[in-house]
Formats: sequence, C-alpha cells, structure tokens
Amino acid sequence: MNPVNYLYLAALLFTIGATGVLIRRNAIVVFMCIELMLNACNLAFVTFSRMHGNLDGQIIAFFTMVVAAAEVVVGLAIIVSLFRTRHSASVDDASLMKL
Amino acid sequence: MSFPLLTATAALPAVGAVATAAVPAARRTAAKWLALLVSLATLALAITVLVRFEPGGARYQLTESHAWIKNFGVRYELGVDGIAVALIALTAVLIPFIILAGWHDADPLETGSRRWRPTQGFFALILAVEAMVLISFESTDVFLFYIFFEAMLIPMYFLIGGFGDRAHAQGEEAAATQRSYAAVKFLLYNLVGGLLMLAAVIGLYVVAGNFSLQEIAQARANGSLHMATSTERWLFLGFFFAFAVKAPLWPLHTWLPNAMQESTAPVAVLITAVVDKVGTFAMLRFCLQLFPQASKWATPVILVLALISIVYGALLAVGQRDIKRLVAYASISHFGFIIMGIFAMTSQGQSGATLYMVNHGISTAAWMLVAGFLISRRGSRLIADYGGVQKVAPVLAGTFLIGGLATLSLPGLAPFVSEFLVLVGTFTRYPAIGIIATFGIVLAALYALVLYQRTMTGPVKPEVSAMPDLRARELVVVAPLIVLLIFLGVYPKPVTDIVNPAVKQTMSDVHKTDPKPSVEAAK
Amino acid sequence: MENLIALLIAAPLLGAAVLLVGGRRLDRVGHWIGTLLSFVSFVIGLALFADLLGKSTEHRTMTQHLWTWISVGSFHADVTFRLDQLSMTFVLLITGVGSLIHLYSVGYMEHDERRRRFFGYLNLFLAAMLLLVLADNYLLLYVGWEGVGLASYLLIGFWQHKPSAATAAKKAFLVNRVGDMGLSIAIMLMFATFGTFAFGPVLSHAGDTSQGKLTAIGLMLLLAACGKSAQVPLQSWLGDAMEGPTPVSALIHAATMVTAGVYLIVRSGAIFNAAPDAQLAVTVVGAVTLLFGAIVGCAKDDIKKALAGSTMSQIGYMVLAAGLGPIGYVFAIMHLVTHGFFKAGLFLGAGSVMHGMNDEVDMRRYGGLRKYMPITFITFGLGYLAIIGFPFLSGFYSKDKIIEAAFAKGGTEGWILGGVALLGAAITAFYMTRVMLMTFFGEERWRNAPTPSPAEPSVEPAAETRGEHTEPHPHESPKVMTIPMIVLAVGSVACGFFFNLGDRFLHWLEPVTGHSEGHSPVSTWTVTGATLVCLVIGVGIAWAQYGRKPVPAVAPRGSLLTRAARRDLLQDDFNHVVLVRGGEHLTRSLVYVDHTLVDGVVNGTAAGFGGLSGRLRRIQNGFARSYAVSMFGGAALLVAATLLMRAV
Repeated sequence: MNPVNYLYLAALLFTIGATGVLIRRNAIVVFMCIELMLNACNLAFVTFSRMHGNLDGQIIAFFTMVVAAAEVVVGLAIIVSLFRTRHSASVDDASLMKL
Repeated sequence: MSFPLLTATAALPAVGAVATAAVPAARRTAAKWLALLVSLATLALAITVLVRFEPGGARYQLTESHAWIKNFGVRYELGVDGIAVALIALTAVLIPFIILAGWHDADPLETGSRRWRPTQGFFALILAVEAMVLISFESTDVFLFYIFFEAMLIPMYFLIGGFGDRAHAQGEEAAATQRSYAAVKFLLYNLVGGLLMLAAVIGLYVVAGNFSLQEIAQARANGSLHMATSTERWLFLGFFFAFAVKAPLWPLHTWLPNAMQESTAPVAVLITAVVDKVGTFAMLRFCLQLFPQASKWATPVILVLALISIVYGALLAVGQRDIKRLVAYASISHFGFIIMGIFAMTSQGQSGATLYMVNHGISTAAWMLVAGFLISRRGSRLIADYGGVQKVAPVLAGTFLIGGLATLSLPGLAPFVSEFLVLVGTFTRYPAIGIIATFGIVLAALYALVLYQRTMTGPVKPEVSAMPDLRARELVVVAPLIVLLIFLGVYPKPVTDIVNPAVKQTMSDVHKTDPKPSVEAAK
Repeated sequence: MENLIALLIAAPLLGAAVLLVGGRRLDRVGHWIGTLLSFVSFVIGLALFADLLGKSTEHRTMTQHLWTWISVGSFHADVTFRLDQLSMTFVLLITGVGSLIHLYSVGYMEHDERRRRFFGYLNLFLAAMLLLVLADNYLLLYVGWEGVGLASYLLIGFWQHKPSAATAAKKAFLVNRVGDMGLSIAIMLMFATFGTFAFGPVLSHAGDTSQGKLTAIGLMLLLAACGKSAQVPLQSWLGDAMEGPTPVSALIHAATMVTAGVYLIVRSGAIFNAAPDAQLAVTVVGAVTLLFGAIVGCAKDDIKKALAGSTMSQIGYMVLAAGLGPIGYVFAIMHLVTHGFFKAGLFLGAGSVMHGMNDEVDMRRYGGLRKYMPITFITFGLGYLAIIGFPFLSGFYSKDKIIEAAFAKGGTEGWILGGVALLGAAITAFYMTRVMLMTFFGEERWRNAPTPSPAEPSVEPAAETRGEHTEPHPHESPKVMTIPMIVLAVGSVACGFFFNLGDRFLHWLEPVTGHSEGHSPVSTWTVTGATLVCLVIGVGIAWAQYGRKPVPAVAPRGSLLTRAARRDLLQDDFNHVVLVRGGEHLTRSLVYVDHTLVDGVVNGTAAGFGGLSGRLRRIQNGFARSYAVSMFGGAALLVAATLLMRAV
C-alpha cells in the first residue's frame, strides 16, 4: 500500500483534533482531541520513518508517547480539580487567568 | 601585588551597607552609628587615594586589572585620573554629612501610622549608593561602568520611593502617591537612558572587540581602530543620551524636580550632588575619549541645549513655590554650566566643569540641607508658609544665606571660581554663548535672594515664631561645608592641580587646543 | 613695607569673622572690636602713605604677591595687591572715613540689639572695599566688587523684618548683578584678547588691539560702573538703598562703594583712552546722571533720599570727568575724595537729625532745628557750603576743575558737557539749599504735626516699634557721634584748598592716571565766574521758594515734573511694568510649559504606551479556546510562510 495514504490519514486525524479543540467546550473532549492530534503526529512520524528508511521518526514517536502520557496525568488532574471546585468541565468557565 | 586601594574604597561602603542592613530593627541607633563610621572610614580611604595620587604621573593610577568575563573581554579594571580623584573625594566627603543630616529622617513614624520604615535600610541604601558611585568613578572598563551606572538606580529608587519627605500638605496618602510617581519617573527616565547606552555598549564591543577604555581610546588615538563616521555618531548618541538624562540636560530634566521634591533633603542632596555627577563625569571620560570626532560634531547642539538648561532652569527656579523644587531647578541650571564647560573644549572650560562638579556638590549640599532643616521644623515645603525666620533662628538664616550666596556664585566662595572658568572657557571659543550664559548669574541672584527674602525676612509669621535655631548635630553638618566653600573659593589650587593634567589629556584626545589671544600681553 | 598691604585688608576681615562667628558673647564689646580694627587699618594705611611719600615718584608702586589663586592652562589669576598713588588715595579715604563712621555708629546703633552684627558687616565692607582698590588684576577686583555688593546687601537689609528694607536690599544686589555681568564679560573679553587680565600687561598693551574690542571692553566696564555707581540706566537701587541705617548710607552709599565705578574707569584709563567711542559713552552717562540725580534730589521730601539724589548727581560729575580722558581723571578722583568728606558729613548730619527727631525723615516735618542741634547745624552747614561749591571750600575746587575740564574737551561736545555741568551746579545749589532751609530754618513744623506724613514712610524702624507719633524733642547727639561729624566737616572745608595748593593732588596722582591740560575755549576765570553765578541763582531760587515762604507740612501736589521726580522720574514704574511684570509672566508661562509641554511629552508617551497595552490586553481574554485559535493561526502562518519561501 502506498505509504502516502497514511499521511493523508494523519492529516485528517490532526484536522479533526484541531477542530475539536477549537469548537468543543468540555475539557475532557478538548483533551481527547489534543491526544488525537498527538497521535496524528505520531502516525506521520512513523510513516516518514518508513518512507525514508531511518529510525529517527519512530524514536520521536516514542518520545511523544511519553510526553503525552505525562500530559494526561497532569492534565486530567487539573480537569478533575477544576470540576470539583466549579462543578463544570467547560473550558470557557476557567477564564480567570486573564489580566 | 600592591594593596587594591580602589577596590577597598568602593567595597567598604558596600560591606557597610550589608552590615547596616543586618542590624536588628530594635537597635536602629547602632545602625546609624555604624553607617556613619563606615562612611568616615571610606572618607579616610578616599583621602588615601587623594594622597597617593600623583598629579604629574601616569594618566590612570592605582590601577587594578583582572579578567572577569573572558568570553566577552570584560575585565574588572579600575584606575583613576585627576577628574575621578576629585569626584571620589567629593562623594566621600558628602556622604557622612548626608548620613548625619538624615539622622532622624527614617525614624519610625509616630504611632497610628500604617507605614513601616526600616531605619537601618535607609542608611544601608545610602551606603550602597556610595559604593556604586565610587566604583563608577573608578572603573575604566566600559561594561563594568555600565553595570554600576545602572545598578545605582535600584537603591535610589527605594530611597526616593520608600523614604519620602514627611512634609506634605495633603496628608500621608497623597504623599505616598506623589512619592511613588516621583520614584517611578526617576527610574523610567534613567532606565530608558540606560537601555540606549546598553545598545551603544554592545555596539562598541562589536566595533572594538573589547570593553577596555584605555585600549579603545588608545586605538582610537593612534588610528588602529577605525570607526565609520555614522557608527561613531550613533554610539556617541547612545552614550550621551544616558548621561544627559542622568545629568540632567534640558529637555530630559523633568524627573529631577519631582525626585528632589519628594525625597528627604539628604536624599535630594545625594541625587543632585553625587549621583548626577556620574553623568557629567562620564561625558568627560567616555564620550570625549571614545568618540572624539562625534563629540566635536555634536558640540554645537549640546552647547545650545546646555545654554537652554542654564537660562531655563534659572527662570523656572524663579517661578517655583516649593523650596525643594526651586533648588532642583537651580541645579538644572548649574548642570547646564557643567555640560557647557565640558563641551566648550577648552582647558578652562573642562577644568572649570570638573571644579564645578565638586563645588556644586558642596554648595547644593549646604543650601539644600539647611533648607531641609528648615522644612523639618515647620513641616511645609511651600515658600509662602515661611517669613521672618531670620528673627527667630539667625544661625539657620545665616547659613541658608551663605548656601544661597554660594549658589549664586558669589566671588570668594568656591562656585565662583568654577563658574567663571566655565564662562571664560566657553567665551574664548564661543563668545555669543558665553555672553548669553552670563545672564544666568543675574537670574541666579534673583532666585537665591528671592527665596531668602520670602522665607527669612519680613515680619515673623506666627507659625514660625517658636522655631528653634540650628541644633548641634545640624551645625556639625553645615559648618564644615561652609568652611570648605570658603577655602576652595580662596584657594582652589589643590583641586585644580589634580584636575589640570587630566584635562590636558582629554583635550589632546579630542585634538583641541585653547584659542590663542590676539595680543600676547602675558609674559 | 609691602607686606603691610595684606594687613590693611586682614584687620577688618578678622573683625568681620570674629564678630559674625563669635556670637552673643561679643555683644557687649563687639562694636569696639570693629571700630578698633578699622582704626588699625587706617593707621597701617597712614604708615604706608608715609612710606610712599618718602619714595621718589617712580618708585611709588608696591606690589605684594600672596598666592596663586586660579591657574588653568593660560588662565592665571594671582592674589596680588598693588598699592600705588591711586589705590593709596582710596585706602586713606576708605579707612579714614570708614573709621569715623564706625565711631559714629557706636552711638547711632546704641539701642539696636544686633549692633555687633552691624559692626561685623561694616568690617566686612571695609575689607571688601580695600580688596577692590588694592587688587592687581580685574578678577581679584571683581571679588572685592561683589564683596562690597554683599556688604551693601546685608546692610541695606539690616532691618530685615521690614519688608521694604529686605526688598530694597535685594533690588540693590540684583541691579548690581546686571553691572557685574558687564564686569565679567569685560574680563572674559580681556582674557580672550590679551590672554591675561592683570592690570600691568592689559593696560600697557591696550593700544595693540583693535578699536572694536577695546570699545566693547570699555562699554562693558562702563556697564559695571553704572551698576555700582548708580548711574543711569542702573541707578534705580540707590534711592531705595536708603532703607539701610544712616551710617551705612554715609559710608557705602555716599563716600566709598558707589564711587567704585569711578575708580574702575580711572584705573582702566588706558583702555578708555584708546577707545574714544566708549569714552564718549562714559561722558554721556555721567552728564545724564548728573542731571537725573539733581532733578530727583530737588523733589524728594525724605532727607536721605534727597541726599541720595545728590550723591547720584555728584558721581555723575565724577563719571563725566573720568570720561573726559587724561584731562579729567585726576579731577574725577579729587572730586571723589572731597565728595567723600562732605557727603559723608551730610549723611551723618542727617542721621544726627533723625536721631534727635524720633527717626523722622520727612523734611516737611523738620524746621528751625538749628537752635536745638548747634553742632549738627554747623557741621551740616559746612558740608552744605562745600557741596554747592562755596568759594574756597572743598567742592569749589574739585567741581570747578571738572567744569573747566568739560569745556576743555573742545568742540560742540565740550560746550554741551560744560553747559550740563554748569546747569548741574545750579540745581545742586538749589536742592541743597532746600534741604538746609527745610531742616534747620523756618518754623518748627514738628511741633504741631502729629499726623503721620503721607509723603514717605518712615525709614528707621524705631519710630514704628515705639509706635510714637508724639511730638519729638530735638536734642543734640552724643559726642561719639558729633566728633566724626566735626572731623568730616573740617575735611570738607579744608581738603580742597589743601589738595590744590601747588597742584599737590595733581602731581601725586599724575604718574598713575596721566594728565594733560586741555585747551579750554573759555578762560578759567570765566568758568569760575559762571559757576558762582549759577550757584547764586540756585540758592536764590531755593531761598525764594523755601526761605521766604513757609514750607507746607504736607507736600503740595506739584507740577508734572515734580511728581515724576518724586517717583525717580518713573524709572521704577518702568522697571516694574517691563522687568518685574514681564519677568513674572515669563516665569509663570515657563513653569506652565515645563509642566504641560516638556513633562507632557514624556507623560504623553507613557500614557500612549498605557493605552496601547490596554488594547492589547483585551486579546488576553482568558478563554483557552481563543488562545488555541491564535496558536493554530500562528502555526498556519508559519507553515504558509515556509512553503512560500520554498516556492520562491
């Protein structure tokens, strides 16, 4: 199969993720969309690795996974604590960081 | 290796500042005495510098040189020429008087006030400023100079903003607002100047490859370091702007009246008599030596600005209603004279300007500190609140008059010598500017005597009728300053002897010689 | 002997220092210390004088070098004193008259609690004035020049609690400062031209430079002289200076300080000789002031102000003579010395009158005082006769010579100047006779005039503090005051005759100032005759107006000229409107400009940045999703830019 198709899929997934981040309010969904984007990137990395015949892309994909895992831990914790204090998981409600 | 005298002179007040700050708040009298002793010890070291300096010797003496940041060619390089020695002596002489005059200025406010004033912090900050000013005078590395030139702003900011004048008509809250306005204004003005200078310092490094004043100046003089005309001019402007803000030169002067008005009298003296001198000193040392061509190129404009400062400052001083603002504007007028003398590019002008820095320091200190004593008695800075003080406090009035007379450059007192030298030095090269500047002496008489007349003479106002005369501590502050004023007015030779060789060097840096008289009448 | 010169100055300077620093401890003896040191200086002066007389004419210049004052590049100023015939004359006048006035002040200031300070200032004045005349270069002269200005400031404003005194003092200093500006510019010009400002080289090379520069130097020196000697246009301060205690008026504002301008011009004779235009300006100033002062003197009812007008006018004579060049220098100085005697005597007499009259100064409230104050009357009368030029008294000789010299100038100028000088003599006779008649003759107007006089406020404070307007009891002053008056009266009578005996004064001064006989178009006797006729006319008119008719106790409205003259010919009004008001407006508008424009630009920049950041801040709305949009937008832009760059 033509590896370029994987790239198309990665681009599609990334776009879906980005759109989700922009239009959804629920923090969990936004969070999952971010994960989706990260995985789209991973897919692209692995594809490129395959296409160019070297392993750099795969290594970076592993790094991404580690970072993503760490992010999930921190991010979910924040979301949970936000939900506890405000009884809402909407990202628009948490706008206290502005000046 | 010999004893690092210059480092010690600057380090002693720095260490003293830390030690003073560390004294517990309950023992604030001990902190005062400690600060005073440290400043006196610094004075002793400064006198040692003065004694060990040989006027006829090498240009920079007592030099110290150590590598500091090797990658950028930054060195810890100290050395003094005659001009620096004179100013180091001035600083070291004035600080003990400033401390003594401000003895009670930082005492905790009476109960019920919400403001907390760390007494020992006040004195520690003064010593910190002294240390930084001293090292600015001593350093012959542009980067080292720059660091302390800027770092000085931090303690000054806190001195102005944190320990303001208590005499405020609209109460404590308004006073605090005004004070922080003045402090922020001071900081912003000087920061803007400093940032431009930083750009120029970096530019200088790019062009010259190191920061050493002596090396660059030498390379400039023997032609091995060529700068494009426009580069030199831009770099000059970057340096000059910073110094002109600090000096301050019209139209960059408006921070000074606010800062002096809102701070206590000793801090006001610290600003105008000590800190601002770094600006004029740096013009002589850095602008002229590093960028001789550009200095000559900018001379006409700078002279006109200096002339405006002289007349404008004096006229505004006449129109002030606040004693301290009046002194501030008078200082602006005097800084005009100093800058005019520097850029007249004659030996009389530059020696006169250096002497002027010293004399202005002493005369303003005498005038302003007595004004401070007066203000602290009545609790008001407004001229209109006084009248007839002469009758109830003759010694205070007499010393105030002498301070005023020194400010208006009465012959026989020190400022006359320097003012006349500056005028003569300017006149021989630029007669028209010299003549217009002479109007400054009439205006100086106007503001000094009007202030004296309105505050000291006339019928005794009921509010001042119980005013006590100068106390012993205050007399100890004022009397030596007056003696110095008279001594340097009658016999300025000790200072001119030290300064003249350095000025000669500077004159040769810019390739200028004094204009010759048309008739050789002198033998 | 040279080493004594410094002592001349040191003695009074020491006195000033001791008295001013010494504090209250010296209150009881201070005045005697001051007087003693003044006399010490006088005795040293006499010793030096005797020494000079013992030397041959060409060796009569002594110098004493003390130390190098300022030395920067080629700018070199020494503290060096020069004693020659000219400065010797001044030294004797200053210390002699000065000592007498010290003595007089002991009595006059007896009830003033700040008497010690007064004597400190007087000593300071003596020191500064001696420095002025003994200096060997213009810069050192400048120190003395401003020093006397300071002493004058302190003494005019001695009664500081009176606003009028404080204002008068400030005014005197400021007007003098304008003159000082002239002196400093003159010194700068000298330095630029000659490379030095010491008397010797400058004066001996005066001819070597261009006419234009010399004229400029001369005019600047004239400006200086105008300030110090109260010549038009800088004369306005002298009248107000009468706010000072009367001994001050006698010493500083009549006998010595105000004549410093004449000294300066005569000392700089070599410059003026080579600059005819400047010289002409000097004569014009002298002639104008001569009339100005005389006219003002005619209208004043305040005895001191009338005398002040007279001083101005007499100095006008001296300046006129000094402007005539070598024909006039000696006579300018001779008139200066005789004037020093009789005018000091007149002022002391006026002081004595005021002393006996509860410090009343309005002559309309005097009258018939000769019975009550015989000594004052006689000494004042002798001074009066001397000043109007009564034959064989001092003023007769000195003034006559000046009038002759004015005619000898030659040409139309000579006739005009001579005419003015003659006219001045007539007016002098008029106003002095007026003063004499109003004070010592006529009915005793003080007896029944308890209302305060509207013309001039009382100058001396005692009357105010005592709050008295009761009838005064005129009485003669104590001996300590009358003795100086008697000595001065003797001087006013005799010194003219003495000086002129065998042209003594001329031969004494000639080596310094130079002298040439002009060619007068009229004979000496004609001039003397004309002068005497003028004198008689002046006295006659005054007699007709104030002797025969009773003097009204309240000043009549008077003609337009009289009213203008009472207001110093409107000079003060001019100053007030143009300089004071104009200056106030200027400074006020500048304060406004500084606040709104200079500061405004900076504050405006700050406000601009504040506003901008306020706008930018709104982008930072806290919504995570809008941040995300900007992030994606930014990323898209970057990608687009990269692609674009690759394509190109």
